[in-house]
Amino acid sequence: MEKYGVGSCGPRGFYGTIDVHLDCEARIANFLGTTDSILYSYGLSTMFSAIPCFCKKGDIIVVDEGVHWGIQNGLYLSRSTIVYFKHNDMESLEKTLEKITAKNQRAKKLRRYIVVEAVYQNSGQIAPLDKIIKLKEKYRFRVLLDESNSIGVLGHSGRGLTEYCRVPIEKIDIVTASMGHALATEGGFCTGSARVIDHQRLSSSGYVFSASLPPYLASAAITAIDVLEQNPDLTSKLKENIAILWKGLSDVQGLSLASHPESPIVFLRLEKSAGSMKGDLRLLEDLANHALKEESVFVVVSKRSTLDKCPLPVGIRMFVSAAHSESDLLKACSSVKKVASVVLKDHIHP
Amino acid sequence: MITIPYLTALTTYFSYGLLFAFGQFRDFFRKIFDWWQASNLQGYAPICLGLEDFYIRRLYLRIQDCFGRPIASAPDAWFDVVERYSNDYNKTLKRTEKISRCLNLGSYNYLGFAAADEYCTPRVIDSLNVFSASTCSTRVDGGTTTLHKELEECVANFVGKPAAVVFGMGYVTNSAILPVIIGKGGLIISDSLNHNSIVNGARGSGATIRVFQHNTPSHLEKVLREQIAEGQPRTHRPWKKIIVVVEGIYSMEGELCKLPEIVSICKKYKAYVYLDEAHSIGAVGKTGRGVCELLGVDTADVDIMMGTFTKSFGSSGGYIAGSKELIQYLKYTCPAHLYATSISPPAAQQIISSIKVILGEDGSSRGAQKLARIRENSNFFRSELQKMGFEVLGDNDSPVMPIMLYNPAKIPAFSRECLKQNVAVVTVAFPATPLLLARARICISASHTKEDLLKALEVISQVGDLVGIKYFPAEPKKQLQHQEQQPGKETIKLE
Repeated sequence: MEKYGVGSCGPRGFYGTIDVHLDCEARIANFLGTTDSILYSYGLSTMFSAIPCFCKKGDIIVVDEGVHWGIQNGLYLSRSTIVYFKHNDMESLEKTLEKITAKNQRAKKLRRYIVVEAVYQNSGQIAPLDKIIKLKEKYRFRVLLDESNSIGVLGHSGRGLTEYCRVPIEKIDIVTASMGHALATEGGFCTGSARVIDHQRLSSSGYVFSASLPPYLASAAITAIDVLEQNPDLTSKLKENIAILWKGLSDVQGLSLASHPESPIVFLRLEKSAGSMKGDLRLLEDLANHALKEESVFVVVSKRSTLDKCPLPVGIRMFVSAAHSESDLLKACSSVKKVASVVLKDHIHP
Repeated sequence: MITIPYLTALTTYFSYGLLFAFGQFRDFFRKIFDWWQASNLQGYAPICLGLEDFYIRRLYLRIQDCFGRPIASAPDAWFDVVERYSNDYNKTLKRTEKISRCLNLGSYNYLGFAAADEYCTPRVIDSLNVFSASTCSTRVDGGTTTLHKELEECVANFVGKPAAVVFGMGYVTNSAILPVIIGKGGLIISDSLNHNSIVNGARGSGATIRVFQHNTPSHLEKVLREQIAEGQPRTHRPWKKIIVVVEGIYSMEGELCKLPEIVSICKKYKAYVYLDEAHSIGAVGKTGRGVCELLGVDTADVDIMMGTFTKSFGSSGGYIAGSKELIQYLKYTCPAHLYATSISPPAAQQIISSIKVILGEDGSSRGAQKLARIRENSNFFRSELQKMGFEVLGDNDSPVMPIMLYNPAKIPAFSRECLKQNVAVVTVAFPATPLLLARARICISASHTKEDLLKALEVISQVGDLVGIKYFPAEPKKQLQHQEQQPGKETIKLE
């Protein structure tokens, strides 16, 4: 910070490119095994700038219904035809792809995309990438993957969903991620083939028209990746923690686990809904407040903005970290059980 | 408004036509060449169709070394530019280890906070140790620290509004706020030269968008009257909400907006005013409070004030200031608040410290000195450039001054010649400006000294003569006898 000051005072095209940015981009590309990557200054703007850059009016995009607001906004801004498929349901995806290609015989000129997230922020499910790749090759679609919550988490060395499903990363056309989750800095990046990245340097609005990432955050990202590469046991510790929490929470009354057993976001859903989303939210907020005041355990309720069109149910989200110790997690489980039995006693199945 | 001389327009059109024809020629050969070799993406439509990236491939790549120059130090008055070379005609640029120390006329460093500052930097490093580089969660989940609360109060006080909310990035602030405050059935009237973030936000909101001529209040009134009379597009019912969006200083023109007239028109027709002060906050006005202070407009008349911290405060992030109810509503519904990571704590501390310096609360008068210096510097520089015969845009007191270049060939010439003499300037062409009106943009900072400015003037004058952009006649030089005594030297006479 003493060398570069705090801010970068300029967009990337006008002397806002500092050598740490270039180093960071090279490091990320190195870590993930792709040719190049591009850094954005904010996690949310990564998705909603990258999508309108490649998808224009008339293109077809098939997207999961549970994606987060950043992706939804990007799709809206791109003015393409959007088709949703059921959350994480591969048969629904296949049916949709079949329907689209059967309808559109002159689809040679149209670009077709599938947009999925690696670990869904709204539900904690993990996308089955190998099946998606098979479908993609059969129907000739391009895949856009958002790995915000899976970088550094999935796969034995933390390289994300492609390592976890054993898919070579060249098969995915565009990978984006926000660094605010596992890498503990701010900003986001996008990586893929050289053609994809170079095109974004001039036509992606969030890159060209906005100031670049503060240099100290870029150096923090480089250090985070270095640490991750040198200590692969961080990922294994995280996996153990997730397993402990899962086991402990599998018998909470009134709430059921709705996320994948290996996802770092543990999502608890109400078994019996209170009628409307507002009612659900109020109950969950109550639970969270009790947990904080009485047990000093901090959990969060998933929030929805009025602009968000996601149809998935709300719930309690718990984020597991490798820094949690086993006793912390066991305490958390017991507190949640206690609080849930108090707050939700009218809503439990008899 | 910019009126381009007839001859210059003709030559510019001719240059672009030549480049376009040449590019098409090469594309034709490339198509034949590719037809010989099959590519490996059968069955997929190409990721960039036809003419979409024609501009990039054939025009922009030729002069790519003028843009995106990496630097190796803080963007202060003097900085280190990394040299790059290319082996394949500018298609890819490789970095070298050599750096050259250049005068910085391109970074948005209006008050000089970009480099390490004696008051701000120790406090920022402290906050880094206490809070760490990122909060790793959204504002509503766990990302609101005491620093964030302090920052919001500070900003609200500084701007002169009851409450404020802060986001991590300026671009996202505009794109995520406009959809929340206005939706279908509303009307957005925006200036024709507004920034891309406002355009994106307006498109994402779903409201009807109308444009009025840049900085012309009479045209704004005409558009307002027409639209109110017609109502919504198909049903002709009255509009639910009308918002007029203007900017404080327009970054590509350097002009201040005519705020008093616009505010009075909006009051008459009961429309809301949204002011984007990205470049003007901290840089203009007697105490740095922006365009409202400079032009004498009461802050209570402007409904929503937005700004960014990247330019004058040397940090990153954006804010929205308004009434308490508005800010409360935004905190409930705005996606940038609910889903995105909060602003990084050291950046927040930098903003708080720099606001304190500007207001003089740190005990010294450095803030007032900086403000006076930037005003003097910008007025001096602008008047000197105009005297030399350059076509300079922008109003007095604005620290941004574009110099018109027009012709596409002059863009790389100006940029490279200046760099050879260790002055780093920014040149802007299509798509950030209209096709014919390419320009070089100079941003003055409070950390430029008089000697820096004189050196810059000298270099720019030399290069301007070389490239041929002194479109206006220069003022006759005073003290002609001095020039006769030194016949071979080209110097600049100053009053």
